[in-house]
Amino acid sequence: MPVFFTDDEYRVIEAACARMIPADADPGAVEAGVADYIDGFLGAFRFDPPRIWAGGGFSGRFGGTPTFAAFHRLNHWDELAWRTRIEGSLGLPEREWNGPVTGLQERYRAGLAELGDDFADLDGAEQDRRLKGAEGFTPLLYEHVCEGMYGAPEYGGNRDLAGWRYIDFAGDVQPRGYSDEEVSRP
Amino acid sequence: MSGPAAEFDAVIVGSGPGGSTAADILTAAGWSVCIFEKGRNHLIDPADPSRLTEEYSNDEIKYMLRWFLGPDPLLEPRTFRRHEGEGDRIHTGEVNNLPSTVGGGGVHADGKVPRFREDDFRMLTTFGPVQDASVADWPLTYADLEPFYAEAERSVGVAGDSAANPFAAWRSGPYPMPPGAPMYGALLTAAAAEQHGLHPYAAPTAANSVPYDGRPACNNCGFCAFYGCPIHAKGDPVAMLRRALLSGRAELRAETFVSEILVRNGRATGVAYLDADGRRATVTAGQVILAAGAMESPRLLLLSGFEHPLIGRNLMFHFQTYVMGKLAERVHPHKGRSVTHVHDDHLVPDAESRAAAKAAGLPWFRGGMVEHAGPAHPILEAKLAPWGELHKWIMRESHMREHLWGFCMQGEDLPQPTNRVDLDPTVRDMRGFPVARVTYYPHRHERVASEYYAAKLEAVLRTAGAEWVAATTSPYPDSTDTVGYLSPIATSRHVVGTLRMGADPATSVCDPWGRLHDVPNVVVADSSPFPTGSGYGPTLTLIALAIRNIRALCGTTPPAPEAGS
Repeated sequence: MPVFFTDDEYRVIEAACARMIPADADPGAVEAGVADYIDGFLGAFRFDPPRIWAGGGFSGRFGGTPTFAAFHRLNHWDELAWRTRIEGSLGLPEREWNGPVTGLQERYRAGLAELGDDFADLDGAEQDRRLKGAEGFTPLLYEHVCEGMYGAPEYGGNRDLAGWRYIDFAGDVQPRGYSDEEVSRP
Repeated sequence: MSGPAAEFDAVIVGSGPGGSTAADILTAAGWSVCIFEKGRNHLIDPADPSRLTEEYSNDEIKYMLRWFLGPDPLLEPRTFRRHEGEGDRIHTGEVNNLPSTVGGGGVHADGKVPRFREDDFRMLTTFGPVQDASVADWPLTYADLEPFYAEAERSVGVAGDSAANPFAAWRSGPYPMPPGAPMYGALLTAAAAEQHGLHPYAAPTAANSVPYDGRPACNNCGFCAFYGCPIHAKGDPVAMLRRALLSGRAELRAETFVSEILVRNGRATGVAYLDADGRRATVTAGQVILAAGAMESPRLLLLSGFEHPLIGRNLMFHFQTYVMGKLAERVHPHKGRSVTHVHDDHLVPDAESRAAAKAAGLPWFRGGMVEHAGPAHPILEAKLAPWGELHKWIMRESHMREHLWGFCMQGEDLPQPTNRVDLDPTVRDMRGFPVARVTYYPHRHERVASEYYAAKLEAVLRTAGAEWVAATTSPYPDSTDTVGYLSPIATSRHVVGTLRMGADPATSVCDPWGRLHDVPNVVVADSSPFPTGSGYGPTLTLIALAIRNIRALCGTTPPAPEAGS
């Protein structure tokens, strides 16, 4: 269940993900859960602690006690920054010390409107045409698709390490690291 | 006094390499110190300083996209313009964000810590003046600083090969540790560089190659530059901070913003600050150590009403020349400690470069240390790739990561009084204080040197087997796109020179011992005093300078090498 998007919006985001990083012999952005990454980011404050900074030091994938899933607590200022960035300043004086800020949520709602309610049901060529037409939104969406595909899976995307596996990237290797031979040889 | 005021022998503004060094030296001399840091503490547990925290991680989102080490550019923006003619600013947001966190810039640095050369301290005498630049000698020599360089290398723990670099200044002893494992790509470009008569060598690195100072050896995880080290194999500045806190004479106050240095009758009496909850308070101290970095230190002096006309002027970065190419093999830049090889040849003018300078109407030019390196991580790579059917093919082929390798030259940036930090007239941080504004445009020297050495580096890269090569610079001076890849804002985190030191109060802000001419019980202990910027990273030099100046302040001498390490 998405925490920020409506089910219909989530379908549109998934359809856009499928055009941006399609599945082939390997999973694409849909299978990697990229829509969940974006939904979890836009809805970061539905979680406690908010899903902004994953924990440290180790994920457990290469040893160590897994702690990535325990997100950092935010202090007062961190929360102000990330709420403002995600939700927008919404006319609140405490968020507008340098003027109004348009939030990511608002940019997504506007972008989704530009893509159209019927986006998920269109053929691929028409979806691409609309994505290319949404010049203010598609570059933002693509950045987030890349983050969801190739970022740590604790943020909601890169499911089963789909983004890392197909490019043969090990990801976070601490505390194992790489041997001197792995560093110095082809 | 009102509020939770306390008396300290010294207050230290900033917990980066300079402030941590000052805390270490002063507490060892028996002083009580209070260290103020406006950023968060992810580095060390003040209640049990022997325990290093486990908050750093191999996480591209957290470090490269979400400002985990701060400052958040929404909360604490800076502003930028190339020159006054552009109006108040052309950009608000991220401008050269060195970390704002306990440990400062030392946390995110990949730990390349070269010394400067002898001539870096004698630029005016050695090379002579350049029109429209304020080239100056330092008020001290390399020989004056050498014992403190040696102490700094023992303090943070530096791995290096003292015999490998023919351009290195003389040394009183070897590095504390041997170099770590060389990266495969660096072995290829180092071999090619040698064919071109250059002299690549193992980069002096503050990352342990063997266990050192109670911290483990680096395990080559590859998340080095811009990341905190999950296993604390990077030495700087955790080593100094831990010693200071273990002394029991240092108090660390994170998330605390110093808003004013308090002055009465020409003497600093302490500082005013806002704590984590926004409460205002003051603390009194006999000395103030200013170590907030070359952006924030002048900002604090200006916020405090200091009036020396040179405060903030002669701001320098490094003029970075990037020469990258596609190698046939996969060189896996994500395995290793970011940079393992460098060469210094382009720091030393020769007959050919002098002729090229003359032809360009300059008396001389210098480049900088050249790092052999490639980009390590996939989110950045993916954003450069297109979306659609080609995306996965491009990511599998990985021309822009696994096959991309080359050079970054940290070119010397000549000082110019017009390049400066001042207070923005209207933009504020989240606490309501005016932010730092950068006015910066490079001198022609940097651009001429960059073009000259880029051609040489392109030839080296072709010898290494590159199928194509491309060169660019940061800053990219004639662009006004301040958020794209070719921005007029320097990405170099090597920021120096805004509180110039010298003997003459008319031409310098602090004296040869880092003391403000106007208020001599304020000692600057970061990279702000540098009169010139060199083509080497500033960290080890600012640590050595801080050791020298703080030892002079408290009257202690360096321990013998055996006792120090």
